[in-house]
Amino acid sequence: MRYKAEVRVTLRRDVLDPQGSAVEGALRAMGFDGVERVRVGKWIELWLEAPSPADAQSQAEEMARRLLANPVLETYQLTLKEAGDDR
Amino acid sequence: MTGEHREGVTGLPNPRGEVSGMAKFGVLVFPGTNCEIDVLRVLRDLLHQDAELVWYEERDLERYDAVILPGGFSYGDYLRAGAMARWTPVIEAVYAAAEKGRLILGICNGFQILTEAGLLPGALQRNRHLRYVCGWTHVRVERTDTPFTSAYRKGQVLRIPISHGEGNFYADPDALAEIEKRGQVLLRYATPDGQLTETANPNGSLHHIAGIMNKAGNVMGLMPHPERACEAVLGSEDGCGIFASMIHYLTKGRVFHVG
Repeated sequence: MRYKAEVRVTLRRDVLDPQGSAVEGALRAMGFDGVERVRVGKWIELWLEAPSPADAQSQAEEMARRLLANPVLETYQLTLKEAGDDR
Repeated sequence: MTGEHREGVTGLPNPRGEVSGMAKFGVLVFPGTNCEIDVLRVLRDLLHQDAELVWYEERDLERYDAVILPGGFSYGDYLRAGAMARWTPVIEAVYAAAEKGRLILGICNGFQILTEAGLLPGALQRNRHLRYVCGWTHVRVERTDTPFTSAYRKGQVLRIPISHGEGNFYADPDALAEIEKRGQVLLRYATPDGQLTETANPNGSLHHIAGIMNKAGNVMGLMPHPERACEAVLGSEDGCGIFASMIHYLTKGRVFHVG
């Protein structure tokens, strides 16, 4: 079965996000006075073959834990769905 | 360590790196590494060491007394600097070498790879001001009783260039306290007279950290490029002491203890 995993990688709450701060400053300069805080993360989509949803989930978890996110700086959220022919 | 080709070191290396022992260095090359020739130049031509390049697919580093991970942009710095190089075959061999007490030195991207590999604590985040910084910096030597810094005086300020976009050292408060308590910080960004001022910190690193070592004291990482500061014609010879310290340790089996 083909699965699609979507991994959202964000900086930990207590880690400063220079990129987010820059975007925040730009939005304020554009006149969006209500902007309080901006955090920039990463969105990763990946497709994989696995014998079962549980196996796909554990493979994707391992990918996120070992490579896609660095636990010192980042956390991740993972969602998984059957992909069919979706690319 | 012993070896029939090695002779004793006759005196302290000065920043010019006058050492007489010979050790065997492996200089790792990942796709995108670009400072390996500079490191070879220093080790071979200036310090007369036995040094060779090692491709990232190598699985055995047994023959080297020391392994250097040079700077560059391994895998284009994609995802995170050092993240993909960390999963290449040679890193398993780096773990084995570290375990055996061999010296491991990571410079710039090499430092990033060592933190990604968990051989050094913390992480190197995007520079606080988002700019790629390239220029001369001053770093203060915090300890001299290590295999990497014994050629220096405690508190000595070195003039060494940096060149990075992700050099902003981060560790969570507990990890940072642990790093400080164990005295793992070897170099801090400082003013030319050794003051830790805000403007002397080029990238926002916590506690001005420019270089650290592991708990065991045989793995070091630093963001500045010592290999670019080993010849007067390049503007500084201050970086040479890192390599000279390593050579002394490897050929004499101990550090200098010069204070």
